[in-house]
Amino acid sequence: MDILFKILIDPFLQMGAMPDLFVQTIWDGFVTGVLYALIALGFVLIFKASGVFNFAQGIMVVFAGLTLVGLYEMGLPAPLAVLVTLGVMFVLALAIERVVLRPLVNQPDIILFMATFGITYFLIGLGELIFGGNPKQMITDQLFLPRGAIEVKMLGGFVQFQKIDIAAAVIAVVMIVALAVFFQKTRIGRALRAVADSHKAALSVGISLNQIWVIVWFTAGIVALVTGIMWGARSDVSFGLQVIALKALPVLILGGFTSVPGAIVGGLIIGIGEKLGEFYWGPLVGGGIESWLAYCIALGFLLFRPQGLFGDKIIERI
Amino acid sequence: MFYRETGQFKTNYAGDMAVFPILQDRIGIALILVVAFVLIPLLGSDFLLSSVMIPFLVFSLASIGLNILTGYTGLISLGTGAFMGVGAYACYKLTTLFPEVNIVVWIVTAGFFSAFVGVLFGLPSLRIKGFYLAVATLAAQFFLQWCFTRIPWLYNYNTSGAIEVGQRTLFGMNVTGPKASLEARYMVLLTLVTVLTWVASNLMHGRIGRSFMAVRDMDIAAELMGIDLLKTKLLAFAVSSFYAGVAGAAMMFLWYGGGEANDAFNINQSFLILFMVIIGGLGSMIGSFFGAAFISMLPTMLKFGLPALGIPLAGATAEHLTYILVGSLIIFFLIVEPHGLARLWQIGKQKLRMWPFPY
Repeated sequence: MDILFKILIDPFLQMGAMPDLFVQTIWDGFVTGVLYALIALGFVLIFKASGVFNFAQGIMVVFAGLTLVGLYEMGLPAPLAVLVTLGVMFVLALAIERVVLRPLVNQPDIILFMATFGITYFLIGLGELIFGGNPKQMITDQLFLPRGAIEVKMLGGFVQFQKIDIAAAVIAVVMIVALAVFFQKTRIGRALRAVADSHKAALSVGISLNQIWVIVWFTAGIVALVTGIMWGARSDVSFGLQVIALKALPVLILGGFTSVPGAIVGGLIIGIGEKLGEFYWGPLVGGGIESWLAYCIALGFLLFRPQGLFGDKIIERI
Repeated sequence: MFYRETGQFKTNYAGDMAVFPILQDRIGIALILVVAFVLIPLLGSDFLLSSVMIPFLVFSLASIGLNILTGYTGLISLGTGAFMGVGAYACYKLTTLFPEVNIVVWIVTAGFFSAFVGVLFGLPSLRIKGFYLAVATLAAQFFLQWCFTRIPWLYNYNTSGAIEVGQRTLFGMNVTGPKASLEARYMVLLTLVTVLTWVASNLMHGRIGRSFMAVRDMDIAAELMGIDLLKTKLLAFAVSSFYAGVAGAAMMFLWYGGGEANDAFNINQSFLILFMVIIGGLGSMIGSFFGAAFISMLPTMLKFGLPALGIPLAGATAEHLTYILVGSLIIFFLIVEPHGLARLWQIGKQKLRMWPFPY
C-alpha cells in the first residue's frame, strides 16, 4: 500500500502543496518540448518530401551551431556569420542531394536511413576537425538574444522565466507559422506538398525532384541553425547535443512522421511529461529516468495509435 | 576455370538443397576452418588475435543476431547493444552465484535471459512497423542501459559499478580473467561462433527461416497463408536477442575482461551493429561476417594502415579523419552496392564461374 500511495497519490499531493513549483516544472518541460519539437520539425520536413528518415538532423543542429560560433570567433560580425552559416547549410544540402540522395534514389528506406548515418559520421568528423571538439559558448548577446530571468509572483510563490526560454518559444512559434505559410501559400510550398503526396505524380507534372530535395534539406538546415542557436544559448554548443537530438525520435513517433502539427504537439507532450515524471516520480526509482521516459511515453501512445497521433492512416493491402 | 560445378551431379533432394552445393565451396569452407582453428592460434601474433580476430568474432555473432531480426524478418531494431548488455550482466550474475559451473555454459545460458528480455520488448512489433518500431526499440536501449547503471544488484554492489571478470577455467585452462591466454579465449570464442553460425544457418534454411522471410516480404500475406504472426515475430526477437546476448557475454568475458555498461552497450554499439548488417548484406549469413569484418577492422586499419603508407597522423586529427572516412565509406558502399558486400561476393562468384569467358 505504501508503494501505491507513493506512486499514485503522493506526487499529486506534492503538486497541490507547492503549485508554484508545479508551474515551474511545467514551464521547463514546455521549453524543452519546444526545442524537441524544433528538432523533430527538421525530421518531418525531410521525411515528408523525400521519405528519408534523416538521422543526421541532430548533427546538423550541432554543425550549424558550431559553424556560426566558429565563424564569429574567426572575426566575422555576428549577422554576417549567420548569413555565411546559411550559405554553408545550403552547400551542405546541395552536396547531400548530389552525392548521397541522387545515386540512392528508389532504394529501400533503410538504405537511405543508413546513408544519413554516413552523413552523421562525416559531419562529426568534419566538425571536430575544423572547430575542435571542445564545447563553445553561443554568441547570445551578439545575436540580440535576451539574458536574465523574469520572476513572476503567482500561486503563493515565485516562478522564474528565463528570458532566453521565452525568446525560444516565440521564435519557434514564428518559425512554425512561417513554415506553414511557406507550405500553404507559395509555389515552392505547393510543389513540396505535391512531392510529399506522390513522387511519381509530382514528376509527371514537371516538378524537379532534385531541386525540391535541395530546397527541403536547406529548409531543414535553417531549422537546424535556429535550433542550434536556441539550444546553444541554453547550455553550450557541443557534440553532446547530438544525444539530446535522439529525444526528437519519440517526439516523432508520438506525433507521426508526416505531420508538422504532430511534431509540435508531440514535442510538448514529451517535454512536459518527461520533466513532470523526472521531478515527481523519478526519486522513487533513483532518478535519471529522463533518459528513457520519453521513449516509454511514446511507446504507450503507439500501442493505441500505431501511426502516431497525427500521422497518415496506415492502409495495408495485399 | 577452377571454380566450376561441371560434372557435379545431384542425385537426391538433400544434395540439391545443400547450403554449399558446389564441391569447391565445401573445400573453401574447410580451408577457412583449418586456418581459423589451427593456423591462426599457432602462428598469429598477439596483435592479430586481440585487436583483429576476437573483436571480429564477437561482432559477427552480434550481427548474425541482428541479421536474423532485421535481414530475415524485416524488423528494424536499434536495441542490440542493450540486449548484448543483458547477456553480459546475466552471465556475470550467474557466474558469481554459481562459480563452480563452467563459464561457457553460462555464456550460452545468458543468451536465454537476453532472449526473454528481447521477447518482452518485441511485443509492440505486432502493432508497430518500420521506423516506428525502430524508435520503439530505442526504449529498450535506454531503459536497459539505465537499469545497468542504476540497479546495483546487477553489478554485485561493486564500488566501480562495472562488471569484474573473475578467473574461470575450461579443461584446466584459464579462459577468462587476467591470466587467460589470448589463444584460449580465441579458441573458446571461435568454437562458440562456429557452432552458433551452424545453428543459425540451419534455422534460416528450414521452416522457421522461411516463415521469417515470409513475414519480412509481406506480413499480411504471410498471415493469410497460415503463419502465426505473433509467434513468428516473437521467435525472431527471441533468436536474435539470444545471439546478441551470447555476443555481449562473450564480449565482456572473452574480449574486454570487464567494463562498464555505458561504454560497451550504449546506443552507438547498436548503430554499429546495424551498420555491419546493412553493409554486409541484409538477409545473408556470410554478409554478417563481411560486415563485422569491415566495420570492426576499419578503425584498426586506418589507425595502423595510414602511417604505414606514409601518411602520419596525430592522435586527435586521426580520430576525426577516421570519422570522416568511415562516414564516406559507408555512403560509398551503399551507393556502389545497396545490397551489401554479400551481393558483391555473389557477383564475384558468378564471374569466377564463367571465367575466362565473359558469359
